[in-house]
Amino acid sequence: MHDAARKRSLRKLRENAAQCVIYSAVMLVSAVFIWLLIDLLRGGLSHLSWEFITELPRDAGRAGGIASILVSTLLILLVAVLTAVPVAWMTAILLAEFVATGSWFGKAVRFSLYVLAGVPSIVFGLFGNAFFCVYLGLGFSILSGGLTLACMLLPILASTAEAGLRAVPHIYRLTASALGLSRAAALLHLILPAAAPVMAAGLLLGIGRALAETAVLLFTSGYAERMPDSLLDSGRALALHIFDLSMNVPGGDEPAYASALVLVSLLLCINILAMKFAYGLQRSKLMP
Amino acid sequence: MTIEQLTDPCDSFTLGPLEAGPACCDPQPVIEVKNLSLRYHGKLALKQVSLDIYKGCITALIGPSGCGKTSLLSAVNRLTDLIPGCSVNGRILVQGRNIYDPDENVQALRRQVGMVFQKPTPFPLSIRRNLSLPLHEHGVTRKAEVADISEQALRDVGLWDEVCDRMDSAALNLSGGQQQRLCIARALALQPQILLMDEPCSALDPIASGIVEDLIGRLRGRYTVVIVTHNLAQARRIANYAAFFWVSEHAGQLIEFGRCQKIFESPRHELTAAYVNGVRG
Repeated sequence: MHDAARKRSLRKLRENAAQCVIYSAVMLVSAVFIWLLIDLLRGGLSHLSWEFITELPRDAGRAGGIASILVSTLLILLVAVLTAVPVAWMTAILLAEFVATGSWFGKAVRFSLYVLAGVPSIVFGLFGNAFFCVYLGLGFSILSGGLTLACMLLPILASTAEAGLRAVPHIYRLTASALGLSRAAALLHLILPAAAPVMAAGLLLGIGRALAETAVLLFTSGYAERMPDSLLDSGRALALHIFDLSMNVPGGDEPAYASALVLVSLLLCINILAMKFAYGLQRSKLMP
Repeated sequence: MTIEQLTDPCDSFTLGPLEAGPACCDPQPVIEVKNLSLRYHGKLALKQVSLDIYKGCITALIGPSGCGKTSLLSAVNRLTDLIPGCSVNGRILVQGRNIYDPDENVQALRRQVGMVFQKPTPFPLSIRRNLSLPLHEHGVTRKAEVADISEQALRDVGLWDEVCDRMDSAALNLSGGQQQRLCIARALALQPQILLMDEPCSALDPIASGIVEDLIGRLRGRYTVVIVTHNLAQARRIANYAAFFWVSEHAGQLIEFGRCQKIFESPRHELTAAYVNGVRG
């Protein structure tokens, strides 16, 4: 009797200890995020204002705002997304719907996507510089930066979209075929709509990643801080602006903090949107 | 079924005498399966099946799990094309046409040979769209015509009164039995001649199952129905013909085919007798 009670209390102790460890790990992770946020808020909030968003930078960014930088960032993103999305999603459709799961072709494509996903961004930067800026003669431009980012986005977009398409129950394909629907019709009317939330979530995550990218753009889109007139102009992305302010501009800490605050808020919004999509998918009755 | 029928001492079965509908007096083969073998990744799943399915009759495919009933069913509308690693040898003639002919129009075949799956499989769309999508695909695009056909199909399965005021709500919000009837309606809307049913009642509760079963009984004569079922009582109640499959040497084989009554009451093969009497299987 006494022995059993001791065993029980020992087990309870072990359980409690495990819980403690897990909770403290969770606390630690959250603490890092909260600390970062507080630091950003303390350093940047006082500098943040409507004028900061809408004015052009002056005095190397020490004064003025980040309007031209936001425009450049947006343009780079637009180029990247508009180029990467069609290619990546068509690849995903091919891999998920038309290539047999075990075929060497599918394996080869998937392998190259994995490799591409693992390439450090600085390598993409060097490649983009050599290929787009020099070889294709696009120079340091928003176009070069956007296209290089597109290469980086490809694996993220393709693999999330493929996962989304594969998550659509196979029975929909069987049923659609049994009703004499063509594969194209089944894809268009049933499978793509069912996979859309995952594909959209993947897209948002990809945009988030592109938004935070610095190294790639340093080599490809350049760091001119003026308002871009065309896609062939050099343009400075937000992350690069923060890097420049904190590294090369004495007295640029406050605007750097404020820019970082803008960047993090944008990323936060995008991540929340992505989570909402994923949650919406879970809740929807698509997956029985 | 009344209590007396259930307790009739003369009856050797537990569920009363056979109540299969009118026997088909003039059997006219509409599907002819000839020497059909089916393999998954080279492994034989169905061995040398030859079988005629008669027009306007309900034919039940019975037998234990894994004996190739569903495989045979999906070979009849070439859904086997979609199963990776599945290869079919032999011939299946549908109305005299070899459907494994390279020139066969598979989409047209699948319009002629409808299929209903085990689990209800409505699309995640509205009820209306579930019915109109396949119709559009087969070239029926006039709005009034689509609406007429949809209504007729829903009336045929006894679902119209239940859903007519919420045609635009999600099909997945219907109950399981209603979903299955919607799937049958969706197949009927394409005006097929043959309807393949893969255990259409097994995922439903007893009441919904009864409703769907009655519906299948009513299809007799208008459609040729091939139904896979594990529910022997159901097979006896609704089928005119029955085909009994068994697994031997890891491959499904057709053991016996004949009038339902014969299969259940005086089977020629001892395996059949053992199975239908619940001794084996």
